[in-house]
Order: sequence, then C-alpha cells, then structure tokens
Amino acid sequence: MMATNPILEIENLSLATSAGKSLVTNVNFSLGKGESLGLVGESGSGKSLTLRSILGLLPRGVEQVGGAIRSDVRSAMIFQDPRGALDPLCPVVRQLAEVVYYRQNVSRKASRTIALELLEMLGLPDSLKQKDRYPSQLSGGQCQRIVIAMALACKPGILLCDEPTTALDVTVQKQIIDTITRLQQELGFAMVFVTHNLAIASTMCSTLCVMKEGQIVERGESLSLLQNPQHSYTQMLIHSVLPLPELERGAGV
Amino acid sequence: MKTALQIEDLTVKYGEFTALDKVSLAIQPHTTLGLVGESGSGKSTLARVIAGLIAPSDGQVLLGSQVLGKKRSREQHKDIQMIFQNPDSSLNPKHTIRQILSEGLLFHKVVDRAGVEQRCKELLDRVHLDERALGRYPHQFSGGQRQRIAIARALSVEPSVIIADEPTSALDVSVQRSMLELFSTLKSELNLTMLFISHDLGVIHAISDIVAVMKQGQLVEVNPKDQFFSRPETSYSRELLSAVPKMPISITTGGLS
Amino acid sequence: MNTTLLDLQQENQGVLKRILNTPSLLVGSIMFLLLIGVAVFAPFITPFEPSEQNLYAILQPPSSEHWLGTDQLGRDLFTRLIYAARTDLKIMVLAEIIPFCTGIFLGMLAGYYGKWVDTVISLVTDTFIAFPFYLIVIIVAFASGAGQKGIYITFILVGWIVFARVTRGLSASFRKQEWVASAQTMGIPGVKIILRHLLPNVLPQAVVVLMTDMVGLLVAIVTLGYLGIGIAPPTPDWGTMISDGQSFITTAWWLSAVPGIAVVYTGIALSLVGDGLADLWRRK
Repeated sequence: MMATNPILEIENLSLATSAGKSLVTNVNFSLGKGESLGLVGESGSGKSLTLRSILGLLPRGVEQVGGAIRSDVRSAMIFQDPRGALDPLCPVVRQLAEVVYYRQNVSRKASRTIALELLEMLGLPDSLKQKDRYPSQLSGGQCQRIVIAMALACKPGILLCDEPTTALDVTVQKQIIDTITRLQQELGFAMVFVTHNLAIASTMCSTLCVMKEGQIVERGESLSLLQNPQHSYTQMLIHSVLPLPELERGAGV
Repeated sequence: MKTALQIEDLTVKYGEFTALDKVSLAIQPHTTLGLVGESGSGKSTLARVIAGLIAPSDGQVLLGSQVLGKKRSREQHKDIQMIFQNPDSSLNPKHTIRQILSEGLLFHKVVDRAGVEQRCKELLDRVHLDERALGRYPHQFSGGQRQRIAIARALSVEPSVIIADEPTSALDVSVQRSMLELFSTLKSELNLTMLFISHDLGVIHAISDIVAVMKQGQLVEVNPKDQFFSRPETSYSRELLSAVPKMPISITTGGLS
Repeated sequence: MNTTLLDLQQENQGVLKRILNTPSLLVGSIMFLLLIGVAVFAPFITPFEPSEQNLYAILQPPSSEHWLGTDQLGRDLFTRLIYAARTDLKIMVLAEIIPFCTGIFLGMLAGYYGKWVDTVISLVTDTFIAFPFYLIVIIVAFASGAGQKGIYITFILVGWIVFARVTRGLSASFRKQEWVASAQTMGIPGVKIILRHLLPNVLPQAVVVLMTDMVGLLVAIVTLGYLGIGIAPPTPDWGTMISDGQSFITTAWWLSAVPGIAVVYTGIALSLVGDGLADLWRRK
C-alpha cells in the first residue's frame, strides 16, 4: 500500500540485537501527508522498536540490520510515560520554551510566548502562565499534554505516538485522544500511532498494521480490517476485546 | 442474608491525605464484587486493608460474623488471600514453584508433609500448568504463567475470600482473556467469593456480579452488573463508561460465555 | 491448555556455561583455590619448618634449595611465606564469619521492620562509621594485648556494619515487593519472612561485599603485623615478614617484596571473585 506522495517510507526494515537475535523483520509501510497509521500488537511484537527506529532512538544493543527509512519531514515523538519524558527538576513551561527556543530559532522572549500559546492550544490551565510548575505537581494527563506540546513545538510533519494513553486513567485517556485528534485536524500532521488497544487504534487511524513477532502480519483500512480480518492473529486480537453493553440513553442521572 | 465480608466505615489517613473515607461495603458469599476506580481512588488501599496489610485509622472489617482486629489469628490470615497486579514481583525470585506453593500448605497445615507434593500438583492442574513447573523458578515463566502460579498460591490455603488487585492489568490482551476465563472457571467450580479490582471496565464486566465504583477515597455507587452497565446511577459512573474507547464495529464473538 | 515450558536441561547446563563465560570469576577462583591449596598442604610442599633457623645460611639469594632465599636468621623464605598464608588466611576467614552473619541479620531486621528497629540499628552503624577503622583496631589491640584476639574482637565489634548497610537497603526495597506482601497476607511471621524470603535474595549481594571486605581485613591483619601489634612472632605472618625484611631492603629486597606480592595476589584473587560473582548474578 503506497501513499501517492509519501513523507515517510519504511522499506524492508529489520532490527536485531547485537547478539544477532532478530526483533523486527522486513517491515514496510509508507505514510502520506496528514495520514495516520496504527501499529497494533502485543508486547514483544516490535511495534515500539519500529516506531523508535524512525527517530533513531533504538535502545542500546539493538541495531538496524537491513532496510531503509526515508523521510523528508521532521518527526517528533510522544511517549507512554509522560512523567518519565519530562525533566523532573525543570518547571514545565520553561522546559517547553527551551524546546521552542532551540527548534524554532526564535528569541528567548518569543519562545516563551509561543510556549504559552501551545499551552492554550492543549487546554492546560491558565494558572501555569502566572506560576510555572514542576512535573511532579501536575497530573499524568497534564504531563502528557506538556509532552505533546513539546512535540508540537518541533513543528513536526509526523507525530510518532508510543502508547500515549496506556498509562492514563480512562477519562483522561479519552481527553488526550480527543486532543490529539483535534490537533491533527487543525495542524494537519501525519501520525504513526502505536498501541495494543484496537479500539483506540481504529478510531485514531485510517490504516492499521497488525504486528506479531516483529512482522506485519496483516494490514488494511481500519474498518474493513476489523470487519473482515484474514489473519488468525488479528482475529484473536479482535476476539480478545472485552465487550461492554450500550449505555441506555437518558437513564440514570 | 449472611455476608461473607463486610466493611464498615473504613477510613485510612496518611497524615492530611485521606485515602479511604468511610467506606462501607458488603460482599455476599459466592459472588464477585468488581471494584472500579481511577488511579488514586483508594481501591488498592481498600484491598490492602482487607488483606490485613494496612491498619485502618477507623472502621472495621468483618469476616462472616467475626471482627478482624489489628492482630489477626492464623485462621483469619488463612481466610483472606490476595492476588497482586505485577506478575514480575508477586513471586519470590529465589524460590522454586514447589516452595512457593507449599509454604502456605505447611504453615496452615492444610495437608501433612507427605501430601504436599500431590496437593501442589493438583493446584497447578487447577490453573492449567504442567506439574513439571514445580522445580522451576519464577523467571522461567511468562507473565501470564506467573500470574497463574500466584492464583494457585492464593487457592492453596482454601481461603473463603479472594482479593484480586488488578490481576490482569499487566498482561497482554490475549493472556488477559485466558486469565479471565480461568477466573470464571474457578469461580463456578470452587464457589469463590471474590473482590476483583480493576480500572478496566471491560474486565469488570466480564467477571463481576456486583459492581462498586470508587472515586477519591469514597464509594460512589454499588449496583448489580447489568444495571450498572446499562443504567448507571451516578454521573461519574456514566462518565467512566462513556470514556471507554469503543470498537467501530459491533463485536459479536467477544466476551466470556 | 498446558503451556509449553522451557527445557530444564538447557537451564542446568546454563549455570556451568555462565561461570565459564565469566572470566573474572574463573581466573579469581583458580587463583584463590591455588592459594588455599598451597596453605593447606604447606607441610607437604616444603621440607623446611617455618621457624627452623640456620645461622650458617643467612640472607641467601634464591637458589634451588631455598627457592626464595633465606632471611636474617637463615629461615627458608618460601616456607615462611606459605605458612604465613595459613595464618593470615585462617584469621581472615574466621574473623569474617560472625560479622557476616550478624551484619546480614541486623540489616534485614532494620530493612524489614523499619521504624524504631531501623532507627536504632542505623544509629549504631552510623556511630561506628564515624570512627576510623584503624583507630578502633589499634585501641582494641592494645587493650586485649597483641595477637589474633584483638583482630577477632575488633571485627566482631565493627565488621558487621558493612553487611548491615548493604542488606538493610536491599531488604527495605524487597519489603515493598508483592511477594513479601503475599507472605504477610498468608500470616507468615516476620522472622520467617526474613529468613526464608529475604535471606536468599540479599545473600548474593552480601557475598560480593564479603569478598571485597576480606581483602580489607587481610590488609588490616598484615598492617597490624607490620606495626608489631598483630600476630606475634614466631608465628609466620606476611606483615611481620615485611617488617623484618625492611632492614635489608638494599641488600635482600625480596625479603619484604615477596610477602607484599602475596598480599597483592590474594587481594586480586578475591576482588576478581567478587567482581565475577556480581557480574554473574547481575546478568541473570
């Protein structure tokens, strides 16, 4: 499946440990402007490693042993653990302004203004404008918004998301998903979204790639893939989603 | 109706912070109460108070008709067992599976020394693990298998109440599913009384008879499962339920039968 | 529904293979075992007695009869060296036994129970640490008279601290693990949890510390011998040998150098074993 004018192309990507154990084998996909692609699979499927290799953020001892990654736009990444992605000793607005200063080549003063605009865009509380806070003083959801703001400060053409809602509570998760969706519409970046949650992947992404043991076992347009899964692993994943009954409208409070 | 476990006005304070605020709850025998809540809602604190790991500031826990005091008797310790969230840390890494399973059996004299080996094998069989597992160490097993061993350990002393604190949350979806199937089988075969804690409403729906919701240390709703999932009483429950990401297709094959 | 398990045989082979794959452990163990072997079988290795004097053959350089030469009283240096290994290694090992056990146990108590138990034990360890080790050794050595007794007493007094500190930290972190909570839920008493659950988990780290601590202790024994307040002559000891040879350093330098090299050799052997064990357990 080739996008007409891809901004990211991954061809036959293979990753392995330095000891030679294969982790990801022959992964291919491409991404057009403004598109979103979901990588789904269970732990150890290589989905996060694939995502990290786009930015060259492979963990020590893992090497790219084959294939090519071509991209002509900037990418930025958001992570599963937002608190771990922030410097605990630096107040968040200052951290954000720092990223703006270095990535957008503006003056210190302008970088702070841009940082505050980003905060507003992400729906962070106004009180941050008056009084900067440390990551430990913010909730997990707020920290994740800061991390997203930092990613957006790089003006990315592609936003790489590594399970950005897994560590969050369900209500916060919904807010973050809504925020990312809204920002994507406003700013038009493309997205690679890694998650183990099929429901989230299918609402966020138009295309899904199902990964298992380092390989893409099935790919397709989200809805048709879910309605008509061909590979037994995809079927098993869909079957593993625990159903919830519909809420009765208007009932209760 | 006789209750298996009853909690009255349980309060836990850490300095200024109130982790549990006058929580009262009753669990009927042979039912599973699913406890939902977001992080920091106090659900794990509640579990640990019931298991006797944390002493409450106020209130009491009743097992059947007896009050569980600060110092529990051996028999009372035996009666409540807990299964923890993290399969990586719930088993002592230096103990073999045989040591892990036999500790409770011997300490509570469930069987005599000669019967331990046989009972350990039966326990593993209950959780669908091969008896060759006995001589091995936890690191030789996958997360799901370790969680099964933890379940076997909890069952070993034949407790009357089992508390499961997010037992499936650290597992992959497919493993989570087989774990839930195991829980439902055990539930019906052994007539277990269970307090099942999860932040995942799908899991709660699959396993519970009654659902209780906690928020910021307080119990906000307790209702039978069917009613809770279709007509929740409080707006908070409704918010929780509507925040769950939905599949764009209707799943007909899913769910536990 | 039975899930496939790992091959057990493969696991067992792994242990030996892992040791062979840890060169520092392998080399260190061989060096140390060689030393122990020489010390134990000293009477069979050398025809001389350690205090056998021969005033007609003093200060001889190494020869085929006296492999490392003789000292100022004509005693065979090689014989004295390996008999001294007997003395020094025996004290080193024996003096560590009691502090090793008490240190581990007190550390586990402090780490597991926390609160006032921890406060008391930590207070004692911190107080002892404030005193320089050699000051205590010298005071005790003078108080109890020169000889081995002073070393044993000092080490019973202060040797446990290093083990207590290590095991306290480990136990405090293990206490938060769910397997401890699970044993507590079972109603297993605290002392049983400490001995049955914590001990096997803190032991590897404690053994690694033991190896480096023994090196320190050996140096202390030798230093005391050198200062003349340790092992009393005529019992052979590396420290007194270094000190005795000092007067002849320009003419017979090997008298001091050889026992010095023996100390260094032992130190390297034990450090390699310690490093190797730490490596081995970390990789697992």
